[in-house]
Amino acid sequence: MHDLAPLTALGTKAPQQEKIGLVTLAEAPDWALASVTARLGQEAACAAALAQTLGAGAPGVARYHGGPVLGAFWIAPHSWMVQAPYSAKPDLAAHLRGQLGPCASVTEQSSAWARCDVTGPAPLVAEMFARLCNLDMPQLPSGHARRTVIDHLGCYLLRGDGGAVSVYGPRSGAQSLWHALELAARSIV
Amino acid sequence: MRLQHGGQIDRGQKISFRFDGQYYKGHPGDTLASALLANDVRLMGRSFKYHRPRGVLAAGSEEPNALVELRTGGRQEPNTRATMVELFDGLQAMPQNAWPSLRFDALAINDRLSNFLTAGFYYKTFMWPAVFWEKLYEPIIRRAAGLGSITTRPDPDSYDKGYLHCDLLVIGAGPAGLMAALTAGRAGARVILADEDFRMGGRLNADRQTIADMAGADWAAQAVAELAQMPHVRLMPRCTVFGAFDHGIYGAVERVSDHLATPPEGKPRQTLWRIYSKRALVCAGAIERPIAFANNDRPGIMLAGALRAYANRWAVSPAQDVAIFTNNDTGHRSAADLMALGVHVAAVIDTRPDAPPLAGTEVLAGAQVTDSAGRLGLRAVTVRLGNGQSRKLSVGALGVSGGWNPNLGLTCHQRGRPLWDEGIAAFIPGATLAPGMAVAGAAMGQFSTHAALATGAEGARAALADLGHNTPAPDLPRAEDAPTRITPFWHVAGTKRAWLDFQNDVTIKDVKLAHQEGFEAVEHLKRYTTLGMATDQGKTANLGGLAVMAELTGQSIAQTGTTMFRPPYTPVALGALAGRSSGRDFRPTRLTPSHHWAREQSAVFVEAGLWLRAQYFPRAGESHWRESVDREVLATRASVGVCDVTTLGKVDVQGRDAAEFLNRIYCNGMAKLAVGRVRYGLMLREDGIVFDDGTAARLAEDHFVVTTTTANAVPVFRHMEFARQCLWPDLDVQLISTTEAWAQFALAGPKSRAVLERLVDGGFDLSNAGFPFMACAEVSICNGCRARLFRISFSGELAYELAVPARYGDALIRKIMEVGADYDITPYGTEALGVMRIEKGHAAGGELNGTTTARNLGLGRMVSTAKDSIGAVLSRREGLAAPDGLELVGLRPVNPQSQIPAGAHLLAQGAALVAANDLGHVTASCYSPNLGSYIALGFVKNGAARMGETLRAASPLTGVDLEVQITSPHFYDPEGERLRA
Amino acid sequence: MIIPHPLLGPCDAQEFTYLGDASLIARPDGMAEGAADAFHDYLYLRDNPAGLHRELWYHEQGDRSWLVVTRNTLTHEIVKAELARDVARAEGRGR
Repeated sequence: MHDLAPLTALGTKAPQQEKIGLVTLAEAPDWALASVTARLGQEAACAAALAQTLGAGAPGVARYHGGPVLGAFWIAPHSWMVQAPYSAKPDLAAHLRGQLGPCASVTEQSSAWARCDVTGPAPLVAEMFARLCNLDMPQLPSGHARRTVIDHLGCYLLRGDGGAVSVYGPRSGAQSLWHALELAARSIV
Repeated sequence: MRLQHGGQIDRGQKISFRFDGQYYKGHPGDTLASALLANDVRLMGRSFKYHRPRGVLAAGSEEPNALVELRTGGRQEPNTRATMVELFDGLQAMPQNAWPSLRFDALAINDRLSNFLTAGFYYKTFMWPAVFWEKLYEPIIRRAAGLGSITTRPDPDSYDKGYLHCDLLVIGAGPAGLMAALTAGRAGARVILADEDFRMGGRLNADRQTIADMAGADWAAQAVAELAQMPHVRLMPRCTVFGAFDHGIYGAVERVSDHLATPPEGKPRQTLWRIYSKRALVCAGAIERPIAFANNDRPGIMLAGALRAYANRWAVSPAQDVAIFTNNDTGHRSAADLMALGVHVAAVIDTRPDAPPLAGTEVLAGAQVTDSAGRLGLRAVTVRLGNGQSRKLSVGALGVSGGWNPNLGLTCHQRGRPLWDEGIAAFIPGATLAPGMAVAGAAMGQFSTHAALATGAEGARAALADLGHNTPAPDLPRAEDAPTRITPFWHVAGTKRAWLDFQNDVTIKDVKLAHQEGFEAVEHLKRYTTLGMATDQGKTANLGGLAVMAELTGQSIAQTGTTMFRPPYTPVALGALAGRSSGRDFRPTRLTPSHHWAREQSAVFVEAGLWLRAQYFPRAGESHWRESVDREVLATRASVGVCDVTTLGKVDVQGRDAAEFLNRIYCNGMAKLAVGRVRYGLMLREDGIVFDDGTAARLAEDHFVVTTTTANAVPVFRHMEFARQCLWPDLDVQLISTTEAWAQFALAGPKSRAVLERLVDGGFDLSNAGFPFMACAEVSICNGCRARLFRISFSGELAYELAVPARYGDALIRKIMEVGADYDITPYGTEALGVMRIEKGHAAGGELNGTTTARNLGLGRMVSTAKDSIGAVLSRREGLAAPDGLELVGLRPVNPQSQIPAGAHLLAQGAALVAANDLGHVTASCYSPNLGSYIALGFVKNGAARMGETLRAASPLTGVDLEVQITSPHFYDPEGERLRA
Repeated sequence: MIIPHPLLGPCDAQEFTYLGDASLIARPDGMAEGAADAFHDYLYLRDNPAGLHRELWYHEQGDRSWLVVTRNTLTHEIVKAELARDVARAEGRGR
C-alpha cells in the first residue's frame, strides 16, 4: 500500500453516518468506479464482454445491476458505470481494460463521485426524494438507475430494494449534497 | 357576532389573537376574517386609492378588501387575505393603508378629492415636469397608495421545493373534486387532491345542502376519510395550485406551517410543488360577483354566498339584521340559511320582477338597492321598490349576489379562451384547454350539487379512460339539482360612485371615462383603469367592469370578451419560489481536494464559479493581501511553489479517431501530437471567436486527456458532445468528464523537479532530457500510488502538474509540503497564479471573454489553414481579420508605482476622453514583485506595431488617469528559458 | 415542458439545455470552395417558423444525448424526439 491515506469526500478519515427520524444517511466512500463505453461498431461486443465480466447482462437503459462484486449501471447509450468495493478492485479501470479488451473505452472514475446510501421505510424515502429531485420514486423500482439533479448537482441515483437509495454526486459538491439530503430528511420527520 | 349554534369550529377551545392593537378571542377552525366578524369587527382595512373604510367582502381567496399585514418582525407578511388566514394562538395582524389609525385615516381626504383621482390620473396629473416624477410624485404616491409594506428583515423561516407525480391531479376538493378523487382513487389511480382551504369540502362546508341525506360537510368529511385510507391518493389541503404549465405540469404552493405561529423544527414554512400530472381535472368551483350600486363598499356589504358561508361554517354573522340583494335564486338560498340559523333577514331585494317568494321574509321583487349609509360600517340601505317607491332598511349587513362566475383562472393559463354562456350569464371554460386538462362542477358552469358530483365522477372516468383504464360509473349520492335561475343585472343606475373593483377603487365612472377616452378594448380598459389588477386579479370585479363597458359600446358581453388570467392564481411568496436556494444554500459549493488542508493554513478563499479556491495564504505578520501574494510569487520564482489546479475541467477522450476529433475541435493541429506529449490548444466557436483554451495530453495512441478553463468546463464538454454526436457521428471517439476524479497540483519553480524527485517512485527519469517540457506520463508516486504527471507551465517556471485520484489529494498536498520543506516550498493561491500569468503574458478570463479572436490574442498563426476545424473558416472573415484590430500587449505605467485599473480605456496621449478616441482597454492588471512595477495586459488597436508608444489609460469609473507604455505581453522570461530548464 | 426522450421516456425540459435549429447538424465542409459563404448561411440564416420546428436539445442532466426535437412553437406540442446522432447519420453525416 502506498503512503497516501484517503480522505472521504466529506473531509474526514472515517465515513459519516446520520440517522434522522427513520431515515439513515451513510457516506459510502469505499467504492471503485470506472466508466465503460463501447467503441464505434463494437457496441454488441462491448455489451457481451461487459456481461461476461459482470456475470449478468449489461444493464439496459436506466437499469442497474448490483452484482456480488462487480456491479454496473447504465449512464448513456452504450455506456455504463461499473462499480466494485474499493478493497476488491482498487484499480478497477485497469482490471476492466484487461477484461474488456479493445472493444471499450474505460475511464477511471473512482474518486469522481461521492456516494451516500439512504435507507429507511420506502414511503418515507420516497417523500424525502420528492423534495430533492424530479424522479418518480414509487415508479422507480429496485434495479433502476437514473441521472438527476439534486440541489443543482448532477447525480446518479440507484434504486436498491425497499427504501434503499444510493446517490452518487460529484465529489467536490459532497458537502452541499449531504446538506441537502439532511434538510430533506429533517423536513419529513 | 357568533351565532348560538352550528359551525365547524371547536367552541371548547379559545385562542387569542390581536388585530390593530386590540386583543380578541376566536376558536380553532376560524379564519382571521370569521373571528373578527365574531368579535363584531366589520372594519378591516382602508381602500387603495380613496382610503375608504372597508370590510370583508368574500369568504375565500377571491377577497379584495380584507388584506392585512400578518405577523411581526422578519415574519411580517403584507397583503395577506384575512379570509385565508387560519387562526392560531398569538396571531398578530395589522390593517393596511391606514394612518394614523383604521378608524381615523388622514388620507381619507383622497375620498373627497375623488374627482381628481379618476382613471388615468397618474398619466394626466404626474406628467410634468419630468424631473418631479422620481423626487416628488413617486414617493408621495408610494406612501399614499399601494398596499401593505414589506419587512426589510431577513425571513427566519425556510422554504422547500419538491416534485410530485400522479395520474390525475384534482384541483379543488368541493363536491366535484371529492367525487372525482373518489372515483379515480377507488379505481386504483394515483391521485393528488389539492385544495387551497385548510378544510376540504369547498361549498359543502358553507351550505346547508344535504348529500345522501347527510349534511354536505359530513359527507365531505366522510369522503376525505375514505380517500385518506388510500395509499395512492395524496390529500393536499392548504395547497393552492397556482399555475398550469406545459405538458401537464402544475405549480402548487403548500402552506405547510402558515397555520402555526412558527414552523416546527426542520419544517419549511411553505413548499413549492412541481406536479407532473398525466391528467388534471379543474374542480375550482365558482366565485360570486357583486352588483354595483351607490356606496356599495361599506363594511358589512358582502357577497351573499359569503354571508351564508360565515353563518354555516363559522357560525358568524356580521349583524343580527341583514338583507339580501340578488338577481338570482342563490340569494334566496343565502337568506334561507341565515334565517335557519336565527339571523333576521329584513328582506330579499330581488331585481327580478318575477322573483319567487321565500318563506320567513319579504321578497321585494323588481327592487334595487340605490344607496347605503354608515360611516365605518353599514347602518342602512335605501331600496327603490318595483313600484318606484323608496324604502329604507336598517340592516348591519347586506348580502349581494349578482350571479356566479366559474373560476376560470387555471383554464386560461395555456391560452384557453373562455366562452360566454347566456344561460348562466357567465364565462365558462372554452373548448380548447391545456392538453390533459378537463373541468368539472361549478368551474364549468354546472352549479347544482348533483351536477358537481356527476361531472366530477365523469371527469375522473374520462381521464382514466384516456389513460387506458375503464372505470365503472359510481353510484352518485343523492343531492339537490336545482336549475340556475338568473336574470343578468350588473349595476344600479345612478350618479353616485358605485364600485366595481374594490381592491383598485375602480368605479363605474372610471369605466365610463375609459370609454369616453377611447380605451374600450378589454385589455385597454384593464390597463387604463387598473380594473382587475393587484393581488386579487379582479376575481370579483372583472365581469362587472366588462358588462358596463359592453353597455357603453352597445355590444354584447360575448362580443366584448374578457381579459385572460395568467399564473399565479393567487399570490406566491418569493421565498417559496426560491425554495432552499437562499443565503448560503443559494447554490452548491464545490471544494477542492486540498480545501481542508488550506483551511488549516488559514488560507483566504475566493469564489470561482461554484468553487471555493484558496486566494492566498497569509502568514503571521502580513497585514495586507499584497504582502502575501508578493511573497508567494517571489518564493515560487526563486525556489518552488505549489497550487491546487483541480478546478480546471478535464475531459477524457478515447477512441481510434480521438486525435482526428481533437484536430477538428481545436484550431491548431493535434493529429500529430506524439504519445507522451502535451500541446496547448485553442478552441474557437464556429463564428471564429475564441471559446476556450487548455492543453491536450496524449496518454496513448487512442487516449487523450484535455483540460478546459474552470469556467468553461461544462460548456466545452457540451460542445464536444455536440460535435461528436451531431457533426461527426461516425468518428470512433468516446468522451467523459473526469474533472472530479483527479486532484491536480501545480509544482512551479526552479526547485520543482527536486521536490518531484522525492515523490515519484524510482525508475522514472525526470531529467530534462528524459521528461522534457510538454511531456506527460502515467507514473507511480509515494510508493505505488497511481498518478499522472504533466510538464506544463502556467507560471513560466520549470513546472509540473501532478494528478492523483481525488481521494488522495489531501494526503498528497501534505506530502508535497513535507518533502518540499527543504526547499521552502510555498503554497500559492489564485492571486499569485494570476500575477505570474500576467507576468508571463498568458491569456485568461479577462482576455478570453467571448469577444476576442485568436488574432486579437496574438495567436492568429495557430489557426491552421491546412485543415477544417470548428471556427477556422469564419475566423478569417474580413471583420475579424482587419489589420487595425485589437492586439494583446503588455502595459507598464510610466510611474512604476501607479496602479493601472483593469477596465481602463487606452487613448493617444492628450486625446479627449471620448469613445471616438478609444484605442483599446486594459484586461488584467497586477503588481509584479519581480519587476518592481505595476503591469497590465490589454488590447490595443494594431498593438504589435506600437511597441514603446506611450498612451493615456483612463478609468472614469475609478477616477484614475495615467500614462502607460506599450510593451510585449511577455514581461518575464520572454524566451521561455526557465520553463525549459 | 416534457420532452419524450427516445430512450428514457418523458423527461422534464429543465434537464436539458437548448441549442437551436437542428439545421446546425448540416455543417459545411470548411475546406470546400465557397466555405465562407456556406458558413455564413449555416451559422446566421435561420427559419423562425410559427409552427413545427426541429431543434436541438442536450440532455445535460441525463444521458448526455443530443436530441432533435420537433416542436410546435405555437402550442409547445412535441411531435417527435430523436437521437441527434441517428438524425445526423440519416442526413448523411459520418466521419
